[in-house]
Amino acid sequence: MDFPEELKYTEEHEWVLVEGDIATIGITDFAQDQLGDIVFVELPEVGDSFEAGQTFGVVESVKAVSDVYAPVSGEVVEINEELPDEPEALNNSPYDAGWILKIKLSDPSALGGLMDVATYQEFVEKD
Amino acid sequence: MKATPLNQIHRQLGARMVDFGGWDMPVQYSGVIAEHLAVRSAAGLFDVSHMGEIEVSGPQALEFLQYAMTNDVSALVDGQIQYTAMCYETGGVVDDLTLYRFAADHYLLCVNASNSDKDFAWLQGLQKRANYHDLSLINRSDDYAQLALQGPVAADILSKLTTTNLAEIKFYHFVEGEVAGIETIISRTGYTGEDGFELYCPAQDGVKLWQQLMAAGQSFGLDPIGLGARDTLRLEKGYALYGHEITAEIMPLEARLAWITKLKKGDFVGRDAMLKAKEAGLPRKQIALALTASGVPREGYPIFCDDKEVGYVTSGTMSPSLKKGIALALVDIAAADSNQPLKIGIRKHQILAERTALPFVK
Repeated sequence: MDFPEELKYTEEHEWVLVEGDIATIGITDFAQDQLGDIVFVELPEVGDSFEAGQTFGVVESVKAVSDVYAPVSGEVVEINEELPDEPEALNNSPYDAGWILKIKLSDPSALGGLMDVATYQEFVEKD
Repeated sequence: MKATPLNQIHRQLGARMVDFGGWDMPVQYSGVIAEHLAVRSAAGLFDVSHMGEIEVSGPQALEFLQYAMTNDVSALVDGQIQYTAMCYETGGVVDDLTLYRFAADHYLLCVNASNSDKDFAWLQGLQKRANYHDLSLINRSDDYAQLALQGPVAADILSKLTTTNLAEIKFYHFVEGEVAGIETIISRTGYTGEDGFELYCPAQDGVKLWQQLMAAGQSFGLDPIGLGARDTLRLEKGYALYGHEITAEIMPLEARLAWITKLKKGDFVGRDAMLKAKEAGLPRKQIALALTASGVPREGYPIFCDDKEVGYVTSGTMSPSLKKGIALALVDIAAADSNQPLKIGIRKHQILAERTALPFVK
């Protein structure tokens, strides 16, 4: 399973790429594998604001509905508009074509709850 | 957790295993959609050894089954199979099942895995209450492994392993014959809507039968199929699943199963309640719905008509064949029979759904 080094991770199996005050968010290879074939994605709208830990969207596989939680607080500045038509990108390319949205961080210093790749890998193995 | 004789095979194949009504079963191997499409276009092999088998024999077998079942068991000939249900006095369903006639005094019932103990106890109780002495009931669930070989090339694959003339086995008929040297009940039945067979063999031969079938099917594109695709395949055909479309609280008549409910055959358990309900007018009925926008209907989601809640989804999924959301729903009769638009409540949205004829996928 693939977990890129440059990303941060959450216990909800999301990844976060922080560039300046913008965080790009998706679900991890582990998450997509657990879910199975993803067939539906429900995204928030640009301009919506979320607190870290709040549900911002839904990812559904054939068998299951899974909430997606905001790993950081801030305002949605971009969503992946291809995803609703191509939800399988979450399976095929979770870190690239399957990115979900970008959030402008309300506090770029508040990233304390996120795991580095080694910690996440350990977390996944225990899960 | 209970395990079928094929449990190790599933693990070796890297299946994702789940607890299915107390059974450790494969929910998927390569993925639900790929498996689903393999069955529609080529063939799939399912381990359905968790299903229960109950043997009914003796001079009173036919009379007893005629009393216990909703369908007309007397219509069967030797080697024929019938889809039927057994009900409580209330008209609610104990279980739905397939009934195999070996002889006028010898039958095998194939029942749902999670219901098999309940069903056996129910039949024993009924035997006692209704005084059927010349009758033997045996729970044979542990004796059989059962594999389902389903798909348009299923007969081509099976014919590699048997001298039995498969062309002579009509739909919902069976023969006893050898498959790969194993004594097998070869039944032309299934739960996918495709041509195919359900094969019953001694439990200890289950692994060998699986391996021989997989080897014979390799050049035909045969894939192992988990419970995930088993559910989407049956739902595309509108087949009922116990615990969802039919339960102890839902009558067969409400669930599009009037065709297996022979109210004119004479007395059977649940008939009085059904006649009464029919006379009073059934309050609700099952309908089939297809979403007009993207989304996935799920069991329990509410159905709205004119903003009023009028029912709920009993089974729903994203149809891998149609690539849209499909659902079976139990809905108040007035809303079901009206032309008013129906909507399915999905989280905070209400999404328009079209009434659809079954099967969803022809």
